[in-house]
Amino acid sequence: MMLRTRATTAAAVALALGFGPAMAEPADAELVVNEELTITTKAPAAAHLDGALSEVYSGWLFREDETRAMQMDDFDNPMFVYAEQGMDAWNTAEGSEGKSCADCHGAIEESMKGVRAVMPKVNAAGALWSMEDYVNSCRTERMGAEAWKWNSDQMKNMTTAISLQSRGMPVAVQIDGPAAEFWERGKEMYYTRFGQLEMSCASCHELNAGNYIRADHLSQGQINGFPLYRLKDAAPVSIHQRFVGCVRDTRAETFGAGSQEFRELELYVASRGLGLDIEGAGVRP
Amino acid sequence: MADNVKPRVKVPSKAKAGEVVALKTLISHPMESGQRKDKDGNLIPRSIINRFTCEFNGALVIDVTLEPSISTNPYIEFDAKVDATGEFKFTWYDDDGSVYEDKKSIEVA
Repeated sequence: MMLRTRATTAAAVALALGFGPAMAEPADAELVVNEELTITTKAPAAAHLDGALSEVYSGWLFREDETRAMQMDDFDNPMFVYAEQGMDAWNTAEGSEGKSCADCHGAIEESMKGVRAVMPKVNAAGALWSMEDYVNSCRTERMGAEAWKWNSDQMKNMTTAISLQSRGMPVAVQIDGPAAEFWERGKEMYYTRFGQLEMSCASCHELNAGNYIRADHLSQGQINGFPLYRLKDAAPVSIHQRFVGCVRDTRAETFGAGSQEFRELELYVASRGLGLDIEGAGVRP
Repeated sequence: MADNVKPRVKVPSKAKAGEVVALKTLISHPMESGQRKDKDGNLIPRSIINRFTCEFNGALVIDVTLEPSISTNPYIEFDAKVDATGEFKFTWYDDDGSVYEDKKSIEVA
């Protein structure tokens, strides 16, 4: 008992002297894409985060100068290769009905504007759907085509192309009304510890945002930049794919990409980014 | 045979005489190294862009040999000095014999 008290005191002294965990503030930078479109990456936290966070930051601010620069020019942003492939798929007829996305929705620039900002959302039947669910429902019910796998290249190309149409628009997920019950469950999951390491989302992204976990600079875990390009994968990464990675890192059996648990978590995490803008297609290490 | 190969270049549309301009090029290509094996243990044959050139009004600006360790979607950025109005011609050579080309003109004021 005595020992423990002493250790705690020592820790408190160390912290006071600035020997705490390595801390690095988010970058003092502004995200301006193509020298014309300013994207909000820092904002006062939404009311529901009262007591948890005072300000919210995009993950972009936690990255190195070189990585941040890649997202500031569409030619340098590797996501545009995939977005273009998604645009091609948008205009390509597929399935037994011989229809393309464009046949019903028209130009992606018009019809998909703002869609990413409100995802995930409660559909007409009362279920919480992510963008991937909407894409697959169109494919199977209206096009007579095969559903795409959640993390398939085709799906990520398509969600990238769609997300890009909301670039620079504020996150606008609905968390009240029919969405409230899903949001509550997502919130509960955010603060639930998982895995052998017994870590919740909040352990890293709320309590330790800005600190380093080994060589990783922990961000707030915002998802406004998704789907995004990860340099280490040399490929786009979906929101649920990242969730799988995080839960796996706690040494837990993870939920699947496209599971109900992750849809609810997606809604809650998206709502933590209220005030930030959709980045369309981010770039992260 | 590589799928979805598409060259892209970014060249300023205008420059001053004698100005050094930055040229950015990117080609979507899997750049299969020839070292990897598939699920059954068979070697996946090498399929890369092995050469890239840029010419300005017929004069060679850069000639690059690319090797198998270069990653997917090779991005090459370099500078060129422009003295007169003209056209940049970019050429990528694929292992399978395909040649991809793109051209961009620049106006010297």
